[in-house]
Amino acid sequence: MNIAVCVKPVPDPKSYDKITINPETKLLERNKIPMVINPTDKHAIEAAIQLKELYGGKVILISMAPPGAKEVLKDGLAMGVDEAYLLSDRFFAGADTFVTAKTLATGLKKIENFDLVFAGSESADGGTSHVPSQLGEMLGIPHLNHVMALVMEDGILKIKTKIENGYMDYEGRLPMVLGVVREINTPRYIPLMGVIQAQGKPFTVWGLNDLQLDPAVVGLAGSPTKPGSLHTPPLGRKVEMLDGELEKVAEKIIVVLHSAGLLS
Amino acid sequence: MEKQHGEVWIITEQAKGRLNEVSFELLGKARELAAKDGLPVSAVVMGSGIDFGNELIAYGADRVFLIDDPRLALYQNDNYAVVLENLIRKYSPAIVLFSASYCGSELSATVAAKLETGLAAHCVDLYFNEQAEFVQVVPAFGGRVLGDILCPHTRPQIASVKPGMFKKPEKESEPHGVIMEESAAVLDHYESPLKALRVVQEQPVGLPLEEAEIVLAGGWGVGSAEVWQSLEELGRELNGAVGCTRPALDEGWTKGEHTLIGVSGKTVRPKVYIGFGVSGATHHVVGMKDSGVVININNNPEETVFQVSDYGVVADVKDLLPVLLKKIRKAKEDRQ
Repeated sequence: MNIAVCVKPVPDPKSYDKITINPETKLLERNKIPMVINPTDKHAIEAAIQLKELYGGKVILISMAPPGAKEVLKDGLAMGVDEAYLLSDRFFAGADTFVTAKTLATGLKKIENFDLVFAGSESADGGTSHVPSQLGEMLGIPHLNHVMALVMEDGILKIKTKIENGYMDYEGRLPMVLGVVREINTPRYIPLMGVIQAQGKPFTVWGLNDLQLDPAVVGLAGSPTKPGSLHTPPLGRKVEMLDGELEKVAEKIIVVLHSAGLLS
Repeated sequence: MEKQHGEVWIITEQAKGRLNEVSFELLGKARELAAKDGLPVSAVVMGSGIDFGNELIAYGADRVFLIDDPRLALYQNDNYAVVLENLIRKYSPAIVLFSASYCGSELSATVAAKLETGLAAHCVDLYFNEQAEFVQVVPAFGGRVLGDILCPHTRPQIASVKPGMFKKPEKESEPHGVIMEESAAVLDHYESPLKALRVVQEQPVGLPLEEAEIVLAGGWGVGSAEVWQSLEELGRELNGAVGCTRPALDEGWTKGEHTLIGVSGKTVRPKVYIGFGVSGATHHVVGMKDSGVVININNNPEETVFQVSDYGVVADVKDLLPVLLKKIRKAKEDRQ
């Protein structure tokens, strides 16, 4: 079974509270935050590797990102992915989800026809959860997002997708694009041997010309949505600290509850 | 830029034979947007054996498109997207609003790709700016940053909104909408490679977070499953609901993901919010910032959560909880 996994390098979500907006330039200040593989994408890699272990075949990883993403993507190779493809070109910058899906689809078609394409259901930074569905549309194959369980029986995929307070059951056939949620599995730890082996695995970088794409249809230029200004949500309140013995503090809290019309 | 023209549409969502609240929340926002330029508002209902036309008209829809077909009995992204694409191409609305539920996110992304148009996810605000452009405000980096999204050239402009983000409107005093039955015949030429078998949804026990007048939120600082039980006990005592942050959820102390408050969970606006051992990470705060009174208890006086609180207590949760529980029980007895 030939499987592709779409991966996005993102600034480490643990540090999002350090992100600020420069008041002069109105641009994001996120320089000191290390890049990591989007956490949900690790579950996608794990799902792909598990299927390869069951059915054989090959797992490749594909990403559209700046050239610096190469080191981050090697974590995927170290987990057990066979090859990596990085789609990287200055013309790709500023892509919205529509154009990201289109560029990834172009890259995937150039490699080969895959039986399954996995992705994390959403990225930690943008968090739109659009790409898996949009990628399926661009590839012209069926797709499901928020997949929380997956088995194959007699060539039929049995899929459970997450919904509010529950799930849906689906059946489908290959090929398919699946966006996975974290409930699907526990990503394996990266073994030291994997890190060493990752250095020798094939790593291809393709730009605009390799994909034979028109600059007008990629990146910001090709994106139907355009970003406007950035702002931080107004969250501040003026705090009054309740000091003293815990008994007194508890009584003050009860006063607050009473004055809000509660506890009556 | 010229003023907006064309309709504002909302795509409704159902569960267990009823419209979800988010359908009305979207309708309220659509009415607000449309009122400025006198644009009509239409609601789309898809399903089998459905009849929500008058209910939607009562809440302000000028037109309700009913697409009643056995093939739409269960939500399935491809069938629903094919039908919606067809309907949108037929009527060319200017704006289409979806719920950003699990299914709504998937459906909106699919429809936007088919129509080759822009989509803004999980919008926290939608408005027309002074240039009459449709501004879609979306969160990024777990809500740390809000960004404006415009969709200048392609139509419709599609946005998704999480349930609970906007308020449900009042009923119209003089409802005036019309119901239009549309067909799903486009599915005659489409054979789905997928098969949705069943939907399993269980209503969680206890008061839903969104409906509680008092919300207690537990964070990592609660410290243990035992202390969490005291928090749940306090919740019952106050007739409130207990929510959590991501770290507390990951610790396995909570009643589950449906109690998560924040960007990837619920948005709450109770009369009183009390946080126990909550750090104040933005992705949680955006889900509770519109609460009435905010009280936070944390053992670290420097914790950022105090910057978003009306009242702060520097204490260990495990020390304060039993005292608070005792005092509240006493206060309730004194009232009787």
